[in-house]
Amino acid sequence: MDADDLRLDGNSLGGLLGELFGREMTAALGTCASCGAVGEVATLVVYAHAPGTVGRCRACGAVLLRVVRAERRMWVDLRGLRSLQLEPLGEEP
Amino acid sequence: MAGAAVLGRLGPLRWRLAEVVEVVPETPSAATIVLDVPDWPGHRAGQHADVRLTAEDGYQAQRSYSIASAPEDPRLALTVERLENGEVSPFLVDELRAGDRIELRGPIGGYFVWEANGGPLRLLAGGSGVVPLMAMLRHREATRSEAPATLLYSARSLGEVLYRDELERLGAAGAGLRVSYTLTRERPPGWSGYDRRIDGDMLGEVFGPVDPAATAFVCGPTSFVEAAADALVALGHDPARVKTERFGPTGG
Repeated sequence: MDADDLRLDGNSLGGLLGELFGREMTAALGTCASCGAVGEVATLVVYAHAPGTVGRCRACGAVLLRVVRAERRMWVDLRGLRSLQLEPLGEEP
Repeated sequence: MAGAAVLGRLGPLRWRLAEVVEVVPETPSAATIVLDVPDWPGHRAGQHADVRLTAEDGYQAQRSYSIASAPEDPRLALTVERLENGEVSPFLVDELRAGDRIELRGPIGGYFVWEANGGPLRLLAGGSGVVPLMAMLRHREATRSEAPATLLYSARSLGEVLYRDELERLGAAGAGLRVSYTLTRERPPGWSGYDRRIDGDMLGEVFGPVDPAATAFVCGPTSFVEAAADALVALGHDPARVKTERFGPTGG
């Protein structure tokens, strides 16, 4: 296994974000607050083997989201995301 | 009732207790776990599910596995590869028996999915990355879709190839599916397929000219996925039509 293989992608966030938002989120379009790149959450670079889960912009590497679960709490930091665009429930493809 | 099914699909993810119907060995290191899941809301080809195991002392371990079965199949199938030193996969592959129950939630994912009306398919699998692509090919067959499909499957050896007999059947003459293999570590005598890691020349030969209506789905270990996706884009494929899913060590 290459060290590269520790890097996952945003598909792996589906369960976690489903828990947080109560809906499918990996097809949502996120805009990076640092560089303005727009891409599906599924395309983020994800590191899940750290104490928390970190999602980075595939274009510039900036941290877009961090989720830490500890002591029966979840901490969610989305400040690296300028916006999320998604279909209203019931209007997904 | 159709309305209930729709509500189920849109409802929040919740853990369900799934019953193992059978465990089908696929290769010496992989097995397909066929499950009966109460109130399963249905899935799309390419999605995955989370499996959670709880030890007697309360310790929990959770992993994601791709769904191998077509949406049309009444039973849910996950194909799991045993990772040495893995925490969950050795149990699922070696210990699980018909009648056992495991916790499962899903379906998960809305990006790496293909609908039968979704246009021609270019599929690239690295190892067990073939699993969600198999769900697409089974969906294609179940719906009698005429979307042309091409699969390039990279494995270390022929013995590690999943679904080999079924792929041969699905790829029979006239079915509109072509299957090519590359074996990167070990080849049987007289092997006439590819024998190296994927590269641009190979992708050009297998997939031919770029079809702007086609979508490529690439799934496997991170290094495989990135090499394959970069090569497709270098050949002129629209990056927005190259969908990727990376497997990692958390699959253990």
